[in-house]
Amino acid sequence: MARTIPYAVKGPVASIWGVLSNPYRLKSLLGRVVLYLVLIAGAVLVTIPFIWLISSSLKPQAQLVAFPPIWIPNPILWENYPKALTALPFARFIANTLIIATGATLGTLVSSSMGAFAFARLRWRFRDVVFFALLLTIMLPGQITMIPRFVLFAKLGWVNTYLPLIVPAWFANPFFVFLMRQFFMGLPTELDDAARIDGASIFGIYWRIMLPLSKPVLATVALFSVQHHWNAFIGPLIYLHDLNKFTAAIGLRYFVTDTQVHYSLQMAASAAFSIPIIVLFFLGQRYFIQGIVFSGVKG
Amino acid sequence: MVSFFKTNQQREALYGWLFALPAIIGLVVFDVGPMAASVLISFTEWNGVTPPQWVGLANYEEILFRDELFMLSMRITTIFAFVSIPLNLVTGFLLALLLNQKIRGQSLMRTLYYLPSIVPLVAVAALWRWIFLKRFGLLDIGLAMMGIQAPDWLGDPNWVLPAFIVMGLWGVGGGMLINLAGLQAIPTDLYDAASIDGANALQRLLNVTIPMMTPLILFNLVMGIIGGLQVFVVAFVMTGGGPSNASLFYMLHLYRNAFEYFRLGYGSSLALVLFLYIIVLSALVFRSSTAWVYYEGNR
Repeated sequence: MARTIPYAVKGPVASIWGVLSNPYRLKSLLGRVVLYLVLIAGAVLVTIPFIWLISSSLKPQAQLVAFPPIWIPNPILWENYPKALTALPFARFIANTLIIATGATLGTLVSSSMGAFAFARLRWRFRDVVFFALLLTIMLPGQITMIPRFVLFAKLGWVNTYLPLIVPAWFANPFFVFLMRQFFMGLPTELDDAARIDGASIFGIYWRIMLPLSKPVLATVALFSVQHHWNAFIGPLIYLHDLNKFTAAIGLRYFVTDTQVHYSLQMAASAAFSIPIIVLFFLGQRYFIQGIVFSGVKG
Repeated sequence: MVSFFKTNQQREALYGWLFALPAIIGLVVFDVGPMAASVLISFTEWNGVTPPQWVGLANYEEILFRDELFMLSMRITTIFAFVSIPLNLVTGFLLALLLNQKIRGQSLMRTLYYLPSIVPLVAVAALWRWIFLKRFGLLDIGLAMMGIQAPDWLGDPNWVLPAFIVMGLWGVGGGMLINLAGLQAIPTDLYDAASIDGANALQRLLNVTIPMMTPLILFNLVMGIIGGLQVFVVAFVMTGGGPSNASLFYMLHLYRNAFEYFRLGYGSSLALVLFLYIIVLSALVFRSSTAWVYYEGNR
């Protein structure tokens, strides 16, 4: 089918010649051109808002509303960032967020892995019933428990403290229990048996065998948990009332809905709030994606 | 020997309960208990300070017959969900199909498409409020450059929902990622067999890819319903429900009643109605799924 290529023509020219002279390859070439055009156009569309975010955050106020739009600010106002982040005590907000995220993540790692171990490795009555009930609560929408939980924490005098945002994490997260249980199930039971024969206690098997082998899933859970608490909105909104107890998310909302604040500072604060979580994503990309894929495909 | 085995079993059962204890306590105290409590609270008029008054079904009567904002918020949430969920589902699927091809810059493209879905919602809301700004926002500037008279997206009751839908599409990368993982889990021998039988690309898509992906599409649809009916953060930050309640999503109405008007009883009954709505919609989807979801190995 392919016509002979003039032998003097080599390299890229030859391959172009090969494509053009073959109707089948030409058709697939057209398909590929369309594929690339669609994908590149889409990628440009989704990336523009990011560029606009960063560009706006570095602009002097006068260039914000220029027509046609200015993409590269002149001068580049780096000082918008410190200005935005000190207009409200964002350092304090970030510290608050980190306290909550650390406390809650530590709690969920301990309690969820314990639960997962009990469901994956130990035999006890009603185990499967309890596990099934736990799975059901993954589907339970948060709004249904929101008000009674608020009442409970209000009775305990915990409103306007971090406790309502940290303490529940110490009592296992059903989704994380599920994630870790599936991981534990994949570890060979011969390891447990060998450890038992060597005289290890059940706690020893959990602590010295399962946990060290489960670093990937622990990393996934830790990342998800930190991301969740960094982004969390409605919980901190309901429980934290004093400005100096705000998390960064609530502080940012407070900042960007203030009509006195111009858009470059709003965008600087928004970018500064988003960048740590994007960096975290890139650092832990492998674990992140494994978790998402796992929950979607096998969940 | 027998008694030794038995004590070992008992010890294992004891440890099973102990390890699962945090999860079980969490289940009872933070999920099952609050759920039961929310039913009780929904039959009361309660501001959280003075003792609750038992009012029977009065809250539900108010929802059905007197609360105009209930019907409005229900309608807004439903319209949004019925447009946004299928739109995101289809776009995420198509995008995954395209990005599953062997192309140059594949991982860069995937990252670009995925990135918006990890930006925290508060920052997403702040950014898009700026992009949608009347006349000076990037979108209106872009449209003006093409000679199109742009609407006042967030200020016009007719355009505020379309604006939220467009913004929701920016986060389609999350769905794309799950679909990509699903596509990669389809065994290649199915495609080989189809090719040997003379199936072309379109036939392989319709007869192999789509049937194999239906369980994942079902999962995404159900998760989409649960999430789509609970939209809160973006509406709270971008419009606060306005203009003239045109973006009063259901959760916003619930939040206001419970935490701004301190009507915990009424808020609880609103939460239960939404819960019921989610269950009914999910049940309908699951029932229909026998007709369109293909499970390998079954039937």
